[in-house]
Amino acid sequence: MRVSLKWLAEYVDINLSPEEIGHRLTMAGLETERIDRVGGDWDEELITVGCVLSVDPHPDADRLRLATVDYGGEEPLTVVCGAPNVAAGQKIAFARAGARLIDGRSGESAVLKPAKIRGVESSGMVCSEKELGLSGEHEGILVLAADAPVGTPLAQYLGDSILDLDVTPNRPDWLSMVGVAREVAALTGAAVREPEHTYEELDDPAPARVSVEIADPDLCFRYVASVIEGVKLGPSPSWMQERLTAAGMRPINNVVDITNYVMLEAGQPLHAFDFSAVGGEKIIVRRANEGERLVTLDGEERELTTDMLVIADEKKPLALAGVMGGAGSEVTGETQTILLESATFHAPNIRRTASRLKSRTEASTRFEKGLSPELAMVASQRATKLLVELAGGRALHGLVDNYPAPVKEVRIDVTRRRLKQVLGVDLPTSTVREALTSLGFGCKWEPPEHYQVRVPYWRTDVDIPDDIAEEVARIVGYDQIPTKNLGGDVPPAIPQPLRDLRERLRDALAAAGMQEIITYSLTTSEELERVLPEGQLKRLLKVVNPLSAEHEYLRPVLRGSVLKTLAANVRQRESEIALFEASRVYLPRSGELPEEQEHIVGVVTGKRDDRWGRSSDEPVDFYDAKGYVQAALQAAGVEGTFEAAEEFGLLPGRTAVVSAAGAKVGVIGQLHPSVASSFGIDQDVYLFELVVDHLLPAVQAGVGYAPLMRFPAVVQDIALVVDSSQPAEDVRRLIERHELVRAVRVFDVYEGEGVPADRKSLAFSVTYQSAEKTLTDEEVARAQSEILKSLSEELNAELRA
Amino acid sequence: MRYMAAETIDLEEFAAKARAGLDAATDEAALESWRVAHLGRKGTLTSVLRKLGSLEMDERRRIGGEANKLKNELEAALKAKLSDLHGQRIATTIQEGQIDVTLPGRSKRVGRLHPITQTVRQIVDIFVSLGFSVAEGPEVETDYYNFEALLLGRDHPARDMQDTLYIDFVRDGVYPFMMRTHTSPNQVRFMEKHQPPIRVVVPGKCYRNEATDPTHEWMITQIEVLAVDEGISLADLKGTLFEFAKRMFGQERKVRFRCDYFPYVEPGVDMAIDCFLCNGKGCRTCHQEGWIEIMGAGMVHPKILTNMGYDADRVTGFAAGMGAERIALLLHGIEDIRRFYQNDLRFLEQF
Repeated sequence: MRVSLKWLAEYVDINLSPEEIGHRLTMAGLETERIDRVGGDWDEELITVGCVLSVDPHPDADRLRLATVDYGGEEPLTVVCGAPNVAAGQKIAFARAGARLIDGRSGESAVLKPAKIRGVESSGMVCSEKELGLSGEHEGILVLAADAPVGTPLAQYLGDSILDLDVTPNRPDWLSMVGVAREVAALTGAAVREPEHTYEELDDPAPARVSVEIADPDLCFRYVASVIEGVKLGPSPSWMQERLTAAGMRPINNVVDITNYVMLEAGQPLHAFDFSAVGGEKIIVRRANEGERLVTLDGEERELTTDMLVIADEKKPLALAGVMGGAGSEVTGETQTILLESATFHAPNIRRTASRLKSRTEASTRFEKGLSPELAMVASQRATKLLVELAGGRALHGLVDNYPAPVKEVRIDVTRRRLKQVLGVDLPTSTVREALTSLGFGCKWEPPEHYQVRVPYWRTDVDIPDDIAEEVARIVGYDQIPTKNLGGDVPPAIPQPLRDLRERLRDALAAAGMQEIITYSLTTSEELERVLPEGQLKRLLKVVNPLSAEHEYLRPVLRGSVLKTLAANVRQRESEIALFEASRVYLPRSGELPEEQEHIVGVVTGKRDDRWGRSSDEPVDFYDAKGYVQAALQAAGVEGTFEAAEEFGLLPGRTAVVSAAGAKVGVIGQLHPSVASSFGIDQDVYLFELVVDHLLPAVQAGVGYAPLMRFPAVVQDIALVVDSSQPAEDVRRLIERHELVRAVRVFDVYEGEGVPADRKSLAFSVTYQSAEKTLTDEEVARAQSEILKSLSEELNAELRA
Repeated sequence: MRYMAAETIDLEEFAAKARAGLDAATDEAALESWRVAHLGRKGTLTSVLRKLGSLEMDERRRIGGEANKLKNELEAALKAKLSDLHGQRIATTIQEGQIDVTLPGRSKRVGRLHPITQTVRQIVDIFVSLGFSVAEGPEVETDYYNFEALLLGRDHPARDMQDTLYIDFVRDGVYPFMMRTHTSPNQVRFMEKHQPPIRVVVPGKCYRNEATDPTHEWMITQIEVLAVDEGISLADLKGTLFEFAKRMFGQERKVRFRCDYFPYVEPGVDMAIDCFLCNGKGCRTCHQEGWIEIMGAGMVHPKILTNMGYDADRVTGFAAGMGAERIALLLHGIEDIRRFYQNDLRFLEQF
């Protein structure tokens, strides 16, 4: 809502600066987003209202003319003027040398200097809107109203401050000048001047000329019609045009301008019908019939549905109630008599119709917030008065008012206790009463506890005691509410094991050297196609109204987005890049909210750093990725196992399933080169995926504490020769099986000279230890030979010579 | 002086030899063999002492005393010499072992958490230290939790404040599921499961069908704050959020509370802090206002408390919600909110 302070001053005295007014409104809940200055930097002495006395040709230039202007000084000034529209008799904005203006060509601020233009001395200027900084208009000069007083500083005559207010959806009354004036009055202690709405009437009674039937009173609560004869269509007065322009509306003609003006002034949308188009002299407010069509004012033919409300005559719809008028009943130059509608409609219905027809208008945005039926009468009278006074109309006697179920005044019983309970302070009764009455509420204090509050009709948003608490607090000022610290019992903490685990894994991966990324939850089907098997693609979730095709599908895996991010970064560096994301994925469930799982996906690529932090020649491999996974699992206190497997999108032979406590918790492997290249990556990428939800049970099973052993451990290294295809983990587990073995670690793999073809050598470091005693050399030797025997029998392994 | 005995025990001569031998030894190995030769079990001094038994009592006492004195002298001299050698060796090591300490350290990879993860943790930790628990909720929500239960009925004009991304699934002619537009549904979800006193923060991603620009992102991370108990008032809201602001942005921060509207609170509050770049004087970051809005808040609407089965006449509560991206943007002076989810490593590695 754009509020001209000059216009606002008609309803309330303003003794504060625009900034202070804006600040107070903001603090009270009506945010001032911006203050636009009109003429704030116009020199009061040098820029004045002028009158063009005569226009003569320039002796030396066809396109230039000489304008003689009375600017209020002793002698008129003659200046050179290039504007095509300058004419004698015009009131214009005149600037004398020394005034600071905007240069018409460069757009920069500059001081006007006397100059000789084609031999003619010129020490002033007839200004365009652009030169005054009002708009970009520079084709012609700004022509002021004929009654503009010559010699008056332009800043006084035309200067203004426009507050751009962000109106919250609960306050349709703030979408009106009077509503804002009421707020300013309450915040400054001034009084509100309501607009005049009395006018002369003809003797003919309006109800004899037209009747109003409300066929659907659930959607229309009140319909006030006024009939005005003899209206002459023409431009509205300049003051009205200026005000409409200041509010951001385009002046059209006096009838339309008056309806818009009253809408801006009072907050009630109005509509003027050409009465001759209303067949049968009857207005019927009803739901549209199936298949009914209406050409609206914007020329669109709209197909109506039975849940839309129309204003109709006996035969046809005339307008879409509360949203837009019909082309067939539009007021034109031919119009003799006007039927002026001021009505109250069911807010949700208007909202639905407007959004269905994609036609949110100034009218519908007001109606959908819920207007008071009381307002319909006030606005009807005000607009009728203006049509009589400014459009040459003659109003019929009385108004046709169909108001099936008049609303009762809202009364609220507010206790002093409740105000204190909500606000945390026991405000003096006088403070409460003053705050409320300043806003137009009625307030009666009934000691010792009760305020009987009457809500003014325009406050459709207030209906419970806490609403009153807010009204009092915002007028008193939130800064007057004390500041306390939460007291009372601290509630018990609520365990969040899944969240805790996810955060621990995040920390571990970052500590191990991976960079965390966060990518968008919605992606493209095309990206998902690259990382999902066919089967899963059929049941993807998507949004119906995506912002763009880039963000349409809910991802059931993180892989795609992580790889996309990797691809973008690979282009910038060849050293190791290790990224991970911990986010939710969405798995469809029919008819229910999707299952949301916490996933972690990591990707590793590039070349390892050398001693100097430069990338070496050595590319990262599977074991770099596995190292990160092991670091994460260790941090979670979980022992993971890795078994060779085949997984979609990963390279067979270099892929493993990760399990913990007997359940699959993820996968790891080299990204299939065809998947990598589909993301534009032409180097080896290793990827892992952990499902935090699946890992949680293993974490909760926990790793028990084992007391430190008192007796010394014996560490012995052995090298074993096994089949090349033999996974080292099987060998390790077999060794670990022996009761005296405390730990086993692989520390070397060798194939080549000294080891038969198809065989490899694995070196293990084995720790023997007993809880009962110090082991003797003989005991260790016996244990080792037992182990070697099993190895030989079960895994065809032998001690390397 | 000479010592004469029945059998010749010439300490003098022995002492001279031993001293000369010690002087001649220049490394640790030589010193060790000197020690063995003179002071060892089979060394010369030991054999001298062994001969004492054959002397007269007086002589034995005298020469024995002399010999012990000599032994102590030689041992001390040996120790001093060894210590000298040790010192020389360290000096040589220092001399030869000098390194260039300005060369870079052996490279270690440093991983980092995403700046939004860091900011969310910072915010959550402050509330945890004030006695709040942490909870989370679903990112895909039902119309009921995201809107209805928060008094945002299907035709409520305030739904416009939150452009919604609906899931492509129709039931009874409407889309019942959506990407949550805020974390506030968790007020309801939490109150359904718990009884007052309640103090909880709920962080999580939220989604808006909104065009992006340097200050608007369509995916954001909100942190919801909820406290419900007997005796909670607007004054507690102010106190708690003020405390948060001071811990988050610095003890010297000023805060400003003003009226604002959210359908699920009454009274409604907007909290701003004085701009920490210009200290409230007005700059580009605060749009010359001196204040930066950082969260919406308010007293939980009594209708919601009643719907939860609470006695709204007895218990009251406050709720607040803030965006981690906006706070991170302000804290680090980042010029474009979209940087966060572009994930350019050159950006991420700065946090």
